[in-house]
Parts: sequence; structure tokens; C-alpha cells
Amino acid sequence: MEYAIIFLPLFGSILAGFFSKYIGQRNSEIVTSFLVLVSALLALIIFKDVIINGYENNLIIAKWITSGELNVNWSIKIDPISSVMLVVVCVISALVHIYSIGYMSHDPHKSRFTSYLSLFTFAMLILVTSDNFLQLFFGWEGVGLCSYFLIGFWFKRSSANSAAIKAFVVNRVGDFGFALGIFLIFYLFGTVNYDEVFSQVPKYLDKEILFLGINFVALDLVCILLFIGAMGKSAQFLLHTWLPDAMEGPTPVSALIHAATMVTAGVFLVVRCSPIFEYSTLALNIICIVGMTTAFFAATVAIVQNDIKKIIAYSTCSQLGYMFFAAGVGAYNVAMFHLFTHAFFKALLFLGSGSVIHAFQDEQDIRKMGGVWKKLPYTWVLMIIGTLALTGFPFLSGYYSKDAIIEFAYLNGTSLGIFASYIGIITAVLTAIYSWRLIFKTFHGNYLNNKIKIEKIHESPYVMLIPLFILAAGSIFAGIIFKDLFIGYNKDIFWSDSIKFLIPLSTEHPPALIVYATPILVTLSIPLSYYLFIKNTKITSWLVNENKPLYNFLLNKWYFDEMYDFLFVRPSKKLGTFFWKYVDISIIDRFGPDGISYIIKRFSDKVIKLQSGYIYQYAFIILLGFSAILTYLIII
Amino acid sequence: MNFPIISSLILLPTIGALFILLSRSNSESKYQSYKYVALFVSITNFFISIYLWFIFDPNITNFQFVENRLWLHDFINYKVGVDGISILFILLTTFITPLCIISVNKTIKFKLKEFLIAILVMESLMIGVFCSLDLVIFYLFFEGGLIPMFLIIGIWGGPKRVYAAFKFFLFTLLGSVLMLVAIISIYWISGTTDVVDLYDLGIDPKYQNLLWLAFFSSFAVKTPMWPFHTWLPDAHVEAPTAGSVLLAAILLKMAGYGFIRFSIGLFPLASDNFVPLVYTLSLIAIIYTSFVALMQEDMKKLIAYSSVAHMGYVTLGIFTMTKQGVEGSIIQMISHGIVSAALFLCVGVLYDRVHSRMINTYGGVVNIMPKYAVMLMVFTLSSIGLPGTSGFIGEFLILLGAFKKSFLIATIASVGVILGAVYMLWLYKRVVFGKIANNELIKISDLNRSEIFILLCLALLTIFFGFYPEPLLKTIDPSISNLIETYNYNINLYK
Repeated sequence: MEYAIIFLPLFGSILAGFFSKYIGQRNSEIVTSFLVLVSALLALIIFKDVIINGYENNLIIAKWITSGELNVNWSIKIDPISSVMLVVVCVISALVHIYSIGYMSHDPHKSRFTSYLSLFTFAMLILVTSDNFLQLFFGWEGVGLCSYFLIGFWFKRSSANSAAIKAFVVNRVGDFGFALGIFLIFYLFGTVNYDEVFSQVPKYLDKEILFLGINFVALDLVCILLFIGAMGKSAQFLLHTWLPDAMEGPTPVSALIHAATMVTAGVFLVVRCSPIFEYSTLALNIICIVGMTTAFFAATVAIVQNDIKKIIAYSTCSQLGYMFFAAGVGAYNVAMFHLFTHAFFKALLFLGSGSVIHAFQDEQDIRKMGGVWKKLPYTWVLMIIGTLALTGFPFLSGYYSKDAIIEFAYLNGTSLGIFASYIGIITAVLTAIYSWRLIFKTFHGNYLNNKIKIEKIHESPYVMLIPLFILAAGSIFAGIIFKDLFIGYNKDIFWSDSIKFLIPLSTEHPPALIVYATPILVTLSIPLSYYLFIKNTKITSWLVNENKPLYNFLLNKWYFDEMYDFLFVRPSKKLGTFFWKYVDISIIDRFGPDGISYIIKRFSDKVIKLQSGYIYQYAFIILLGFSAILTYLIII
Repeated sequence: MNFPIISSLILLPTIGALFILLSRSNSESKYQSYKYVALFVSITNFFISIYLWFIFDPNITNFQFVENRLWLHDFINYKVGVDGISILFILLTTFITPLCIISVNKTIKFKLKEFLIAILVMESLMIGVFCSLDLVIFYLFFEGGLIPMFLIIGIWGGPKRVYAAFKFFLFTLLGSVLMLVAIISIYWISGTTDVVDLYDLGIDPKYQNLLWLAFFSSFAVKTPMWPFHTWLPDAHVEAPTAGSVLLAAILLKMAGYGFIRFSIGLFPLASDNFVPLVYTLSLIAIIYTSFVALMQEDMKKLIAYSSVAHMGYVTLGIFTMTKQGVEGSIIQMISHGIVSAALFLCVGVLYDRVHSRMINTYGGVVNIMPKYAVMLMVFTLSSIGLPGTSGFIGEFLILLGAFKKSFLIATIASVGVILGAVYMLWLYKRVVFGKIANNELIKISDLNRSEIFILLCLALLTIFFGFYPEPLLKTIDPSISNLIETYNYNINLYK
């Protein structure tokens, strides 16, 4: 069964990629969707088995690399963490596959698209079911590759290609840290297998190592390096710049890869490695700080963006920040819970926005929309469900997970944890404002599109809407159903020993202020947003004009792209040219081979002049030589 | 004595070359039959080497199938044999050569007969390099390999071929002369040039440093290591496709092989002394040439510079003298042999159709040549060391080995992995993606059958070894263990 879950998508990918000529594009789409759907059903069965029977398994498929003491296998590991990820990946992937049949119906490269989607699913499954760091890294790079393919899917657009390369390279920067982390793990423990590493961790608590001139506690360094990898993949502060650009890809891709699955791989990594992270307070604090910075930063940027997908992308970035600071305060299960619920409502929002974009014929600017809620009734309702869930409106799924994060951060007791919980509340309010801004600007107010007549706007076909209904159901009920299992009374039984808590999570109740602040503020921001963005837009434009520098700062995403361009891109090009033109050509070649051949040529030119052919010159030289020898002999 | 399988491997291509040489006629149909003869010979050789691999016992650390014949009495013996390390390089040679011969179809417009002879002679010499167990014999093969390559560049090359050929010759010869001096001195010091005997006897530590430097000068030029690398881009740019393929895939590997077999094997103490030097040059090669590659406007030059960077990993890995490092280096060499060959073939495919190697001539190739785009993507990914390709296994093991020795070195070398992704993906984007840049491009056709065959062979191989490198690792493992044990034993003995 485990084999089927993982290899069916690969099979589908190969089928759609190489044999669509023979079976037809539409058929290959249907077949791959079906295969992933089967995977999803099997994943649900396994998930049920894990919940009820505590099923665990570790299958070895084949040997991969053996070199000295390094011994790595291809493996499938089923435990609570990977079973949750299996469900998230397979279910969302299946829904996105089905949705794409409708969304991509006009594209000439449909089968290539589904092939990439299935390949991505396969790589993601390899990632989550690994029993060692190297296979994890394989999946890690594999999903990065598929993301590269899919962002650059519309290859004629230069911006899409640049965004794809940017995503790949920024991820590589993260992977650089990740790879060093794996090297260090191997150096310390002599193995890259999870179980073997984790069981040895307590022995190495005090080991210190010198790295780049600084003395580190070994485990701190391991955790920090691994976290750098997680930052790249999960688009955390400083390595986040690729995610908004990645919206160049088709919308189903954004939903699957850049919202629900791939970007959460970083969170998965941290949770998976909880047996190491628990021993490194330094790393946990860094994770917490980076997480809350990202959450806050991305929310501020999202408020002023005008591209519907970019707003949701920054929102994803911000929610990932929440997951990280949950992990940073040691509440790994809460991070997993938010990952789980987020997958539903964020995929819903992305696919819903895809439906809007589809209706507006590829228009993504929310300033050119508005007033279409009657035209797109299903999409409108679905988007509102997604938004309510995202903002943490009471009793929807986001409410349970996000509030839990804020509460556990507060209960952590350290000043950092309390600070994080305040940041969490502020960010929740910002989240509510930008999300409702999106809804109001898109669906309400006046119709502002000059190119397309409002009569032409029509609802998407059912093949696109049905996956949305399922996701909406998930967004509403996933929180209330799985609350007890993930973070409630049954959490210790469910997670068993797959997550390590050095100190058991506090079971006290935080003060009422913390518990009720978020839902109340979030609810209040709905009328507030309506007033600001629909009723009285003068206030917003007045705010913008009064705070022009701040507005531009936010609009330009804190100027990160410009800064990186200045710091890395341009110097690299200059350095390349310098090494090539000056060092290679003007120094090495000039004084090396060209210099030598020049000297030899000059020298032989001189020698040639000696051979003049005139007897008297030769006779004179002979005489000169003869007298020199004679003089020498006489003096000696 | 058993059947001399290694000598037959060495001699068969030369016999084929002689056969082609002696048959007379210049008609067009004969040209094809020359090709078939060459192809037949090289494929037969490939099967012999596969058979050799099959009957080779990887668990024996000594040299196998050794042939020892008297040549100059009391001085030089013709001695050849293989161990786990050399057998892989022989396989690489016999595998790449037939593919080269298939690929000459369009690229070589004149003197096809002579070209085939040059390739076959080259194959003989390369195989000779990888299995000679006598320093003088090794030197003859090693230097002999220069001549066909010199001719290939000089006769069938591009407009600046003479400059490139002489630069190539000058650089490599300069290094080799010093090696010859060193080989002669080894004879005077130890009384033999037999490698196996020298392994047992050891070389007096007081001479090791000088001798090491002499060998190093030759290998460093061939690798090529920074700053002796400037001949390589020129040679690649001017060489015809098949020449570039042989140069990148096999010729460069002679140096890496030489480092393992001779520098480390014969002069362990000196190797230990010079480790900092090798590390420094390797790191410069990795970082520096990656930056240079970034700014290239000529596809072949870009790939040539990337070769220098990849070989930087190889030298780094070898001198870590850890099991992962050395094994990684060998995998990296095999992988680079496959991938660089494929990349040069890919450039050749475009050059045959459009007659330009400049990146800015291209753009949007995927619209016209989708199959080509897929193939090039596989090799691009393997070149940047994506897991699931052979490039990853090599790079990963090397960096793992390097990390054991020094965190700093591994960290710097890992930066090269990022840069590698940048320049290769940027190249791919500019050539393959985007809108069709040039009207000339619209007319061109996608890969033909023989091109697909060649590239598919290489692509499947690089992916196969990415997922399952066991066949390679199993073959080299005992020999590498033995090498490292002897090395550490020697180091401890004198310290």
C-alpha cells in the first residue's frame, strides 16, 4: 500500500510526460488525476490506521549510497508525522489535479503540466516518507526542481523564467545550509539515519566545535544549519524573496506547491527533527524570532499589494511564520496542526482566486475588479469561507490552530514567548485587514474593469468548483474535528514518540485577554475593512498620501529585491567579468603561454640576425672567440 | 599465462585504425564504411571491457589480469593490469568513443578517414594510460595522447585552431617534461620504474617533495587546475564536437587518475605536505571559474569553465584522503565524463544547425526542438548536482569527505554548488526558453535518430547512477580502502 501511494504519482507523471501523444492530452490528465486520487484514498486509510491502531512502519526499498561508514537506503517511513503529511500532500494534490483539468483547458501543454504536478507529488512523498536525511534532501531538491519547472511553465514569458531561476537559486542558498547541516550530522554521529541520529543526541550535548572561527555547541550549529535550509524552502524572512515572484506560475501550482505542501516542508523538517531541536535553546529562539519577524513583515507587505495572488502569497509567508514560531516555542504539534488546517484554507483561497482570475481572463490586479459577487456566487462564498478560516474567525479551522499558537507562545513563559504571542495577535489583525481588503476590492464596490464587460464575467465550471467545495468543507471542519487529536487530550497517544518534548507542554489556561483578544479583534476588523475599503475610501487614500515613504516602503516589499540585486547579483557579474578579462586574459595568458611564446619568438628573431650569411662577420666572430679563449688560457 | 585481455583492449583500436589507414579509396560510399569499421571496432572494445568488468573480482585489492613482458632488458617492462579504480576509467573510455564516432556524421566535413584514425589511436592510448603499471609506459601513453588531440584541434578545429592547438601543446608539454625528469630520477633512486614494486619499496622521503611537484606540474595542467586552466576554454572552443567530447570526458580524467595512482600512491608524505596547496588551488578553481563561467557569451567556453570547476571538486576530494572524498572524486570524474560529453554534444547539435556558439544567437529553442530541450535539461541538472543524477553522488561524497577534514573548506566549496546552479540555469534560460530570438532558428529540425540515441544513452546512465551508484561504488571500494590504509600507514611510519 505504501508503495502504491508513492509510486502511482510517478507512474502518472511518466505516463503524462512521455505517452500523452498516444493516449491524448485529456485522457492523460484524467488518468493522472485518478492515480493521485487513489493515492489520496490510500493515504487516508493509512492515516486512519495510524490514528486507531498506532500503525508504524519502516520499509527499505533499496540501497542507495554506501561509502565507508555512510550507508543510505531508499526507504518509506510511516509514523504520525509522515502520515499527516501524506494526507495533506495526496489530498490537496488530487484536488489540484482535478481542478487543473478545468483551469488549464485552453493550454496547449496540458499533459506536460499534469506530468509536472504528479512528479512534484512523487518528490514530496519521497521527502515526507524518508527515514534518513539524505533521502529527505533528495525530495527537498526534487520538489524544488518541480517548482522551478512549474513556475517557469509559461516559458515564453521572460519574467516567468527569471522567477523560476530565482526560486531555484534562493532555495539553493537555503540548501547550502541544509547540506552543511547534513555533513555536520554525519561528522558527529557517523550516520544520517533519523533513528540512529536521534538516539545518539543526548550523548553530544556538551560537544563544542569551531566553525568559521566561532566556538559553537555542536547541536546548536546542527539546528541552525538545518533551519537555514528550512528558511529557504519555507520562504522565511531574508530568504522569502522567491515566493511572491513564484506566482508567475499557473494558479493551481501556487495552491499546491506554494501554499499547501512544498513551502511547509521547512516546518516539517523542524518538527521531524524535534529530538535535536529540543536540546538547542539557541536554535529554538532563532526560529521563534525569524518566524515572528516573517509573520509580521509579510502581513505588512500584504496590506498594500494589488496583485490578488501576491497578497495570498505574502499571506502564506506570514502563516508559515506562525508555524515556525509555534515550533520555536516548542509546540511542534501545534505547528503541525496549523500546517494541516492551513493547507485546506490556503489551497481554497488560491484556487478561488484562480477562479476569479479565470473569470477576468487572466487579470490579477484587484484594482481592476469589484462588484462581481452576484456574478460569481459560488466563488464568492468559497472565498469568504477561506478568508474566515484564514483570519481565525471563531469555530472555523484557522481559529483553533492560530489561537493555539498564540496561547502556547504565551504559556511558554519566557519573555520571547510572550512577545511572540503579542506579535501573533497584531499579525492576526493585519491578516484580517488584508484578507478582507482582498474580498471587498475583488467582489464588492464598483465594477472597475474597462476591458471586459461585466456581462461576460461567468462562474467557473464544476470540475473547478467541486474541489473547492471539498476544500471549503476542510476549511470549516478540519479544526474542530482534529483539534483533540493534534493538540488536545489525545495528542500524546497520537504523536507517541515521533515528536519529542523535553519539557511537557503546559496545560494551564492562559489569561482570558490572550484567549479572547484574537477572535474579537478579527471579527471587528470585518466591518472596519468594509468601511475603509468600500464605504469611505478617502481615509485610506489620505493615509497613503500622509505616509508616502512608509507606503512605498511596504509597496516595494521593504526593498529586498533591490538590496539583493545591489549586494549579490551585480557584484557577481562584475567579479565574473573581472576574473575573466583581467586575471585570465591579462595576467595568466599574458605572462603564461603568450608571454613565453613571445619571448621565444623575440629571442629567435635575435638569433636569426646572427646568421647574416656574410663570411667576414663569421670570421670576425671566430677571431673574437679565439682571442677570448686565448686570453683566458694565458691569464690562468 | 591467460589470454592477454588488457593488451587486446589497448591494441584493438589501433588495429582498426591501421585497417582504415591501409584501405584505399576516396569515394563517398567508402566514407560510410570507414565509419562502420571504426564503430565496429570501438563497440567490440566496449563489450570486451564490459566482459572484463564482469570477470573482474572487486574483492581482490591487488592488480588483476597483469601482463608483464620484457621490453628493454633490466630497465623497462611492458606491464599492464587493472584494479577497481582503473577499470571504471577504461569503461568510460570504451563507452564514450563509439558515441563520438556515431556523432561525427555532420561535424567532420573533410578527411573523415584521418579523423577516425586519430580517434581510434587516441582510444588505444587512453586505455593504455589507465592500465599501465610501469612509469615509463605510463609516460609514453600519457604523452602519446597529446598528439592525436593536437591534430584533432589543429586540423579539424575552428578559425583560431592553430593558436588553440599550440597553447594546448605548450601547456601540457611543459608539465610533462618535468614528469619525465622525475620518472628518470625515480629510476636512479629506486632502481625500478615498476609501479607495484615502487608501492612496496616506497620512495625515500627526502626526494618525495621534489618528485611530487614534478608529477603535480603535469597533472595540474591536464586537470586543469587554476592557474593552468586557460588552455582548456580555447581548446574546447576550437575543437570539433567529437574532439571536445574526448577532451572533456576522458583526457581530463587522466590527471585525476594520475593523482590517485601516482601522487598519492608513490609519494604519500609529499602528498600530505602539499595538501594545503591542493586545497587552495581547488577552492580557487571552484569559486573563480564559476564566476567566470557566469559571464561567458560562448556556450562552449561556459561549459569548459564549468569543467574546470567540476575538476576542482575532484582534486579537492582526492586530497581529503577520506573514503568518501576519494570515492566521490572517482564518481564525480565518471559523472563529469558522461555529463560534459553530453553537454558538448548538445552544443554541437545546435552548432551543426545554426553555426553559432554564441548564447545571444539563441532563445526559444524549446519551441522548435522540444526533445532537445528535455535532453539538455537532464544534463544541466546533472551538471548542477541535483539529487537523482550522478553529479549529486560525486559532489555530495566529496563535500562530505572535505567536511571531515575542514569545515571551512567544505563550506567554501559548497558555495560553488550555488554558483553552479546560477550559471547553468541562466544558460539554459537564455538558450532554450523565451520567444524565438532569431529567424534562422525557425528552419531547424529537432534531434535526429542518432542524436537521440547518443544523448539518451548518456541521460539514462547519469540518472541510473544517480539512483543506484552501487555498481560503481562496489567496484572501487576495496581498492580505495587499500589505498587509504597504505597511505595512512606510510604517514604514521614517518611521523
